[in-house]
Amino acid sequence: MSETAENLYRALVVERARRPLHAGEVEAADGAADGSNPLCGDRVHVTLRRGDDSRLAEIRHATRGCAICIASADLMAESATGLDDAGLSALWHRFEALLRDGEAGLGREDGAALGLLNAFADLHEYRSRRKCATLPWSALLAAAGTGEGS
Amino acid sequence: MNALTMPVPDLSAYRADFPILSETVRGKALVFLDSAASAQKPNQVIDAMTHAMRHQYANVHRGLHWMSERTSDAYEGVRDKVAALLNASSRDEIVFTGSSTNAINLVAHSYGSLLRPGQAVLVSEMEHHANIVPWQMLRDRSGIALRVAKVTDAGEIDLDSLRAELADGKVGLVSVTHMSNVLGTITPAAEIAAIAHAAGAKVMFDGSQAAVHQPVDVQALDADFYVFTGHKLYGPTGIGVLWARRAILEAMPPFLGGGDMIGSVSFERSLWAEVPHKFEAGTPAIIETIGLGAAIDYVSAIGLDAIRAHESDLTGYALERLQAIEGLTVMGHARARGGVISFSIAGAHAHDIATLLDQNGIAVRAGAHCAEPLMKRFGLTSTARASFALYTTRTEIDVLAETLDRVRSFLV
Ligand SMILES: Cc1ncc(COP(=O)(O)O)c(C=O)c1O
Repeated sequence: MSETAENLYRALVVERARRPLHAGEVEAADGAADGSNPLCGDRVHVTLRRGDDSRLAEIRHATRGCAICIASADLMAESATGLDDAGLSALWHRFEALLRDGEAGLGREDGAALGLLNAFADLHEYRSRRKCATLPWSALLAAAGTGEGS
Repeated sequence: MNALTMPVPDLSAYRADFPILSETVRGKALVFLDSAASAQKPNQVIDAMTHAMRHQYANVHRGLHWMSERTSDAYEGVRDKVAALLNASSRDEIVFTGSSTNAINLVAHSYGSLLRPGQAVLVSEMEHHANIVPWQMLRDRSGIALRVAKVTDAGEIDLDSLRAELADGKVGLVSVTHMSNVLGTITPAAEIAAIAHAAGAKVMFDGSQAAVHQPVDVQALDADFYVFTGHKLYGPTGIGVLWARRAILEAMPPFLGGGDMIGSVSFERSLWAEVPHKFEAGTPAIIETIGLGAAIDYVSAIGLDAIRAHESDLTGYALERLQAIEGLTVMGHARARGGVISFSIAGAHAHDIATLLDQNGIAVRAGAHCAEPLMKRFGLTSTARASFALYTTRTEIDVLAETLDRVRSFLV
């Protein structure tokens, strides 16, 4: 595809959309929630388990959606595992900022904290597609009971 | 001559009339395949509207002065053009509305108020939300039932199902599309009208798509109501048309109240103006109506027969090219169809397809196309849709097919 396509659909995104590593459902979950976008019919079901320290020990997603949505759910599950609620909230705010302003709006620390999620750095140029990446997050935040997300 | 015998006309010279078609998008030549959502505008329409604003504009029907009289003439002249376009028996049967949506809502409110509880309105499974929701609102407000005729796997209205829904004689109005904005299916309107009338029902056609792609003759169809929207017919937004038989319009109460729709007003009571003015409350969309008139002149000069023949050739070619792409499925395969093709590609989501096409300058629509019940009927949540217009070329379809092939190997 074209150069711009490769910016938006980076190899990692296409790879995770084709073969997600964190798909499925956590058994005996401590939290579960759905996200759905009535405009396109995309749907994400997130389940999670907390460890003894109450950190997020395992996150899984069952996603029916576009490549951006599936990859976002998968990279979210990977990035949020091991975090406590404050860490999850901080990561979400950084991700939101990335989608809103792109890399230009981030400090060096934010970029490092985002890690794999930087794969979505060019999504801020595609307003109509941002919701595809945030949908799994609203389900995760609801499943974790943080009272955030949209 | 009909579309089957007419040689394929060369309409390529008309492209030059559409300034937007020479724009580039993301560094690529624009390939605009989303005309079913809204068509681009020729210079003739743009110029007619700016000419009105620059040289000949005032409110209509009111001022006893030169500008108002001339503007009223231009505005009312468009009523004659619409009447000719639809072959209405009288200009008084043409009501200007804001859009198809507004026209259908007008009928749902006004004609709907003449229906009695126990009666029903019958639509089909392939309707645009604009021809579903107003009837649901009527149902919820006044107990008029809403019935739905089935669509076959081929994407045609199931006429047996239509007859079955009409069998008890309780349906007061059948309201169905004349051409699906998702499947491209052209419905057998004359046959549907005959079936509806035999069961004692009136019939309305949503011509939002059909009126753009082929000649329409409301008398030959034996329709009772017909609606279309200006912006899909190369005209501006903000102007639509309701045609209905004069006797029906006369029996219908007004929809909106205000200036222009009255004969006389006192605080005790007002007398309504004659049709069609009874349904045109307030200052109308004067400039948009003038733009619609220019659009009608434009398509009439090319000929809707020629436009149909051109688009039918393109559609056949596009179906052939698209169906050759691995994993691509076209939604519906109606015998009679116009230039709208919805498709999906196994393993690729419609939104990803649309975004990747967009990056190559190709505009298509993706989603449920304001027809969620139809998507559900076909077990789909979203598709991509390419739609064609008089300015669409075979080269553009080649670009679409070649790019889709690359999109598929990139995503799947
Ligand atoms: C079949 C059909 N009906 C109704 C409409 C509504 O048209 P408008 O939005 O101009 O009222 C459309 C277009 O969106 C359509 O395709």
